[in-house]
Amino acid sequence: MNSIIEGFRQALSLIFHLNEELLGIIFLSLQISGMALIIATALGLPVGALVGLRKFTGRGLTISLLNTFMGLPPVVVGLFVYLLLSRSGPLGFLSLLYTPSAMIIAQSILAFPIVASLCHSAIVAVDPIIRQAAATLGATPYQAAITIVKEARYGIMSGIIAGFGRLTAEVGAILIVGGNIAGFTRVMTTTIALETDKGNFELAIALGIILLTLSLIVNMALHVIQRKGITKTKK
Amino acid sequence: MSLTLVASNVSKSYNEKPILTNCSFSFDKTGTYVLMGPNGCGKSTFFRICTLLEDPDRGEVNFYSDGALLEKDIKLKRQITLLLPAIGVFNTTVYKNVAYGLRIRGLTGSEIERRVDKALDFVGILDKKNQKALTLSSGETKRLGIARALVIEPEIIFLDEPTASVDPKNTGIIEEIILRMKKQTRSTVIITTHDMSQAKRIGDKLLAMQDGGILERSH
Repeated sequence: MNSIIEGFRQALSLIFHLNEELLGIIFLSLQISGMALIIATALGLPVGALVGLRKFTGRGLTISLLNTFMGLPPVVVGLFVYLLLSRSGPLGFLSLLYTPSAMIIAQSILAFPIVASLCHSAIVAVDPIIRQAAATLGATPYQAAITIVKEARYGIMSGIIAGFGRLTAEVGAILIVGGNIAGFTRVMTTTIALETDKGNFELAIALGIILLTLSLIVNMALHVIQRKGITKTKK
Repeated sequence: MSLTLVASNVSKSYNEKPILTNCSFSFDKTGTYVLMGPNGCGKSTFFRICTLLEDPDRGEVNFYSDGALLEKDIKLKRQITLLLPAIGVFNTTVYKNVAYGLRIRGLTGSEIERRVDKALDFVGILDKKNQKALTLSSGETKRLGIARALVIEPEIIFLDEPTASVDPKNTGIIEEIILRMKKQTRSTVIITTHDMSQAKRIGDKLLAMQDGGILERSH
């Protein structure tokens, strides 16, 4: 019990003294997850919008695939990216394995279906009358589509934030393709796993507190956005 | 330029139930037409076909300007507008809702502001300009819809049940707005209602939808 209390005391000390190693790990984690989220949003939002706005052959299958891939096991994604980027793999010549770039690729793959699927859900939830109203005011089909996406903005933001929440908590994929190299690919979740294994609890607990705080912020942001969405649909 | 709308033998069915049957009519002059008929008789369907939102199963709707047939492109579509019964309010301010039709036409900021203010003043909700549109009452929402349609200065404006689900006070205000539209705008106004006395108050020409077609009635 004393070791746990001592671990928490030292962890809080690391946080309040803005320990350099701790800050470096947090910054790298946010950098990797942030970049992965930007890529996933850049690809996922147009795909979600396309599936939500257009009727085409294979649309149902695409929706089913996106929903299925939302629950992709991170270790499977890690394995897939590892095989692609390993020296003998088709993209081995890029020498990306065990670099932050490999971690960004793996996390982008993980976040893409989440962002695309939740964007699709947000767009189909927009009242069909909005598209008709836009058309009656002289909007081209493209302008009407942009209007619908704007109307779905709260749901889309929820999707993006949910994607970010998944990425910051993820450990399986980035551990396989990043390798947990100190000062280079070591992020919050992989550090917690490593330091716990070594019995160095203070850094692990400090990062755990940061991760929980981050999760709380993400959930509060989601709550605020969802409340705005409820106000919107009240009328 | 004055736009003439000619509907010729328009037929439309939903789930094999005929709604419109060889419906023909020509809206050929500026003024207010009121189309009457019970719920479900096809008034809204006819409006949606006339505003090119839907295609008829048979027959056609054509537009003429000075006798010349117009192509059904975006340029023509932007000369016609329809106030839907449910309005379709965008989740933003009253100002941005009304500015929408002007923004998509590429108008500049000062011109947009001048025209939006004028339209909001016309329908009596200029003081609600910066308010969230979704917080308006149902009567104010209808007036917002009318302002949103008027601001684009259409040649033909269709108002589908503009006073449905509106309290008597706002109904009176909307009727008064329609009467002013007749005097102060150059748009041809075509309205649906199932209220005969309202039709007589606001219409120049009364039409009745019967057995899937349109008949002209005496005032």
